[in-house]
Amino acid sequence: MLIAFASTVVFFGTLAFLITRAPGWDNFKAYFFDWELYRESLPEIASAFLLNVKIFLIAESIILVTALALAILRSLPGPVFFPIRALAIVYADLFRGLPTILVILMLGFGMPALGVEGIPLDPVFWAVVALVLVYTAYVSEVYRAGIESVHPSQDAAARSLGLTRFQSLRHVVVPQAIRRVIPPLLNDFIGLQKDTALVSTLGVVEVLRQSQIIEAARFNGTPYLVAATLFVALTIPLARFTDWLVARDRKRRLAAGVAQ
Amino acid sequence: MTETALRIEGLHKSFGKLEVLRGIDLELAEHEVVCLIGASGSGKSTLLRCVNLLEPIDAGRIVLHGEEITAPGTDVNRVRRGIGIVFQAFNLFPHMSVVENVTLGPRKALGLPKAEARARGDELLARFGLAAKRDDYPDRLSGGQQQRVAIVRALAMQPRLLLLDEVTSALDPELVAEVLEVMRELAAEGMTMLVATHEMGFARDVAHRVCFLDGGAILEEGTPAEIFAAPREPRTRQFLERIVEAGRL
Repeated sequence: MLIAFASTVVFFGTLAFLITRAPGWDNFKAYFFDWELYRESLPEIASAFLLNVKIFLIAESIILVTALALAILRSLPGPVFFPIRALAIVYADLFRGLPTILVILMLGFGMPALGVEGIPLDPVFWAVVALVLVYTAYVSEVYRAGIESVHPSQDAAARSLGLTRFQSLRHVVVPQAIRRVIPPLLNDFIGLQKDTALVSTLGVVEVLRQSQIIEAARFNGTPYLVAATLFVALTIPLARFTDWLVARDRKRRLAAGVAQ
Repeated sequence: MTETALRIEGLHKSFGKLEVLRGIDLELAEHEVVCLIGASGSGKSTLLRCVNLLEPIDAGRIVLHGEEITAPGTDVNRVRRGIGIVFQAFNLFPHMSVVENVTLGPRKALGLPKAEARARGDELLARFGLAAKRDDYPDRLSGGQQQRVAIVRALAMQPRLLLLDEVTSALDPELVAEVLEVMRELAAEGMTMLVATHEMGFARDVAHRVCFLDGGAILEEGTPAEIFAAPREPRTRQFLERIVEAGRL
């Protein structure tokens, strides 16, 4: 404990010393740490951040469902389902291979330009579609790993009771799979949260674009610091909440002090 | 003991090039207890899994209460509802409490209302001394308790045939007795049971008939007295001698 504390102090002390002795430190400080501007720009940037949160929440709730559906399609056994499995694999390969920013640009500028009657023109709509397409591919792989980690004997036990293939997935396999993949799922959702900033490339005034606007007007980078704070402030509680969920489930199944 | 519960005819099953079952013929009357004995790998477990349609068969027929369940187009889910199976490794659902494990089948496969399924589950749990454990999760139970819950889970479906697949083989020796006791009780009540087991004492005392499996075929079958006291086949004798040496009989 004491050693950890001492080594932490020495490590960060040295780091701070080196950084503040850098030749450009004073310029750097003036550019990023203007506390006056921080307070001043916070409300405006925070309200732009709400758009990121909204995009994130909508995309995430869709992805949780589409990714699970994709993972289940890919785990269907037997030759009959080969075309479905093949399609699911092609989809996952394609959208995991494409840079997210490319998908956002192509859909965000491309779809409205089609000029098809009734097609949404709102770039935010297409940004959400792009994020859903890309992250469904990632998250479905996480689900799939979870589903495959549940021993086949669990499915056999469920099927032996007369449950259908779908009922076995719904009540036995998927609930166990999800419990196992909550940490990696969270990982992908933090990634999604951050990637909402890519929507700025469509000219949508979300947190990053708003920060850029203020930065350009004031020739000061502090708005970026504001944006960074906001992202971290959202991520940390989410991470702690997930830890708590996992710990609670473990505790419920393995109450301490009860011998085998 | 006249009505036929289960009839297996010329059953063949291979996994790839390995032929695990080479023509099994077996009949079980209602209320009959038949024990399958034989070395590991002789095909006992595969035979039980085939009867429950967990493994597709390559050739032969299985007739359950007069219905050929291996006929194409058979609704496997409906057939399985009438057959209980208990596995060596329990296979309880770890994310569900004991009572949830027991009521899942009745609720989802039989469509019973929750209250009715719970009443049925609680009654069975109480009967097998598990009432206090109803809200516990499987990880908190001993192996013997887990296996008794697994038996209750199968019984909650009110099956007409119970398949038991070496249900005491994964248990610590001191926990075997409580599970065997449950099996004796079920046999005494007239449950039709097909039991793969290494518990020769149980087979001798409870079984109406014993089948010795060797290399995927039934080499010898007869009453326990015939098989254990006067086996005809040298292979059966050899197997039983090894069992005696191991102190299991």
